[in-house]
Amino acid sequence: MKRRQFLNSTIASTAFISAGGLSLTACNGTPKKHLTILHTNDVHSHIDPFPANHARNPNAGGVARRAQLIESIRKENPNMLLFDAGDIFQGTPYFNFYGGEIEFKLMSMLKYDAATIGNHDFDNGIEGLFTQLPHAKFNLINSNYDFKNTIMDGNVDRYKIYVKNGLKIGVFGLGIELDGLVSKKLYKETVYLDPINIAQDITKELKESENCDLVICLSHLGYQYNSDKVSDITLARNTENIDLIIGGHTHTFMDKPVVETNRKGKKVLINQVGCYGIYLGRIDFYFDANKKSSEGISIDV
Amino acid sequence: MRIKTTHFVTFITMLVFLSCKENSTKVYKISGKEIKITDSLQGIDSLKNFITPYRTHIEEVLDEPLAFSTTSLSKDQGELNTAIGNLMADITYEQSNPVFHKRTGKNIDFVLLNHGGIRASLPKGNISRRTAYQLMPFENKILVLELSSEKIEELIEYLVTNQRAHPICKQIQIVLNKDNSLNSVTINGESIDKEQTYFVATSDYLASGGDKMDFFKNPISSTDLDYLLRNELIDYFQKVDTIRASIDNRFYKQ
Repeated sequence: MKRRQFLNSTIASTAFISAGGLSLTACNGTPKKHLTILHTNDVHSHIDPFPANHARNPNAGGVARRAQLIESIRKENPNMLLFDAGDIFQGTPYFNFYGGEIEFKLMSMLKYDAATIGNHDFDNGIEGLFTQLPHAKFNLINSNYDFKNTIMDGNVDRYKIYVKNGLKIGVFGLGIELDGLVSKKLYKETVYLDPINIAQDITKELKESENCDLVICLSHLGYQYNSDKVSDITLARNTENIDLIIGGHTHTFMDKPVVETNRKGKKVLINQVGCYGIYLGRIDFYFDANKKSSEGISIDV
Repeated sequence: MRIKTTHFVTFITMLVFLSCKENSTKVYKISGKEIKITDSLQGIDSLKNFITPYRTHIEEVLDEPLAFSTTSLSKDQGELNTAIGNLMADITYEQSNPVFHKRTGKNIDFVLLNHGGIRASLPKGNISRRTAYQLMPFENKILVLELSSEKIEELIEYLVTNQRAHPICKQIQIVLNKDNSLNSVTINGESIDKEQTYFVATSDYLASGGDKMDFFKNPISSTDLDYLLRNELIDYFQKVDTIRASIDNRFYKQ
């Protein structure tokens, strides 16, 4: 009888453990998770480092060095995503000679996950961008350019969801108004749509329908303007579901990421790393399944 | 006992459901920084090896000598006109006019560029494609704008007031009096005809309002030559053996 009791209790605890295991599987793995986001913007075909005698950026940048840095971070945390916020093209003879082929091939070698489209990425026309697509082993993401009547139709993702260690990361992209900045001969029938409205629709979809744990915007809108032109700052303040804006276009060098407050009073991070591949941006998100949503987030920047 | 077990399972299921719903993976900490890419990183060899043949090819093409310059020219040498500015404006006329004429049957009257658009000096010695990239690193192309005589007078007024050596070609001459007032203007040797329109070649940057050259706004017509200023320089360097340019009397004070 004693022996039987022992068996019973064993079964009970086994059931409990497997139920516990089930709950962990359902909530996707261990309670604590760490996600690293790395990013660049406005690299403008800067493949080689600046020369040692360069006035402003001596010995800075270079794709082969960036690759080494990215690989070392990837080893440290394999739960990593690598993004670019546009203006990959134009700025050195590498682009004039090869039309962006080398830039895309190198980004593929560095295992970029996605990039958004900057105004200079139209510099060889929309056909010039299309021609280089076979060399890009990463997603091109843009949500506010309607490419329906262009050669790019079907080649750009409105958004993309990446799953890392069970975390769902929703990524969308916003491009700057092309009229007045790029010749219509180059962008052709690409239609620019209002970034704020698009962002509100897509992020609602990503947070509520797709249940993303994190929503990231790859933006080529520009950090901030003196006019009422839409920027990363206005985007952050006038939307509700963005966690991180990876910016570009204005070549803004920041000492650290900027923390803004969105329409619902939640924090939004904005980061941009100037230009020419001189810096790599790094944002680390630490998740815990056991935290309640009422508890605050500690932001260490 | 059987019932109890069922309850236990239900309880666990509820707990699992609740724990996922209420405490879905939540961010509790964020850190962020900018990491500078410096020469403390060696770089990955396979990438360097991938890049090298492209770089070698580019350097060969860029550094191939195309022409020769007997002196070095800088945009700081000269007051109302500079040798390097004259060279760039005259090249623009020489390279653009055949293209414009072929397309429209008309001729360019004169060229106006901007002093700030000369981005480097022309070195003494070999002149190569790299020189053209240094002089003109931007992707600006040449437009030919058809302007009314009133707009031409605004353009002259701008140059007279500005007193900067904005590059103009030799087809136009502007003479100032000692008190900086306008003495005379001739275009192809003739004074401005109020009944006539003029074809002015400039860069798309200036045509779209750069350097506050507002007289270029709303032209009567605009012809895009699809010819980059840099490529005009390269084509010219390939055509000539020796680069000759000097300060002259196209814009001066008496």
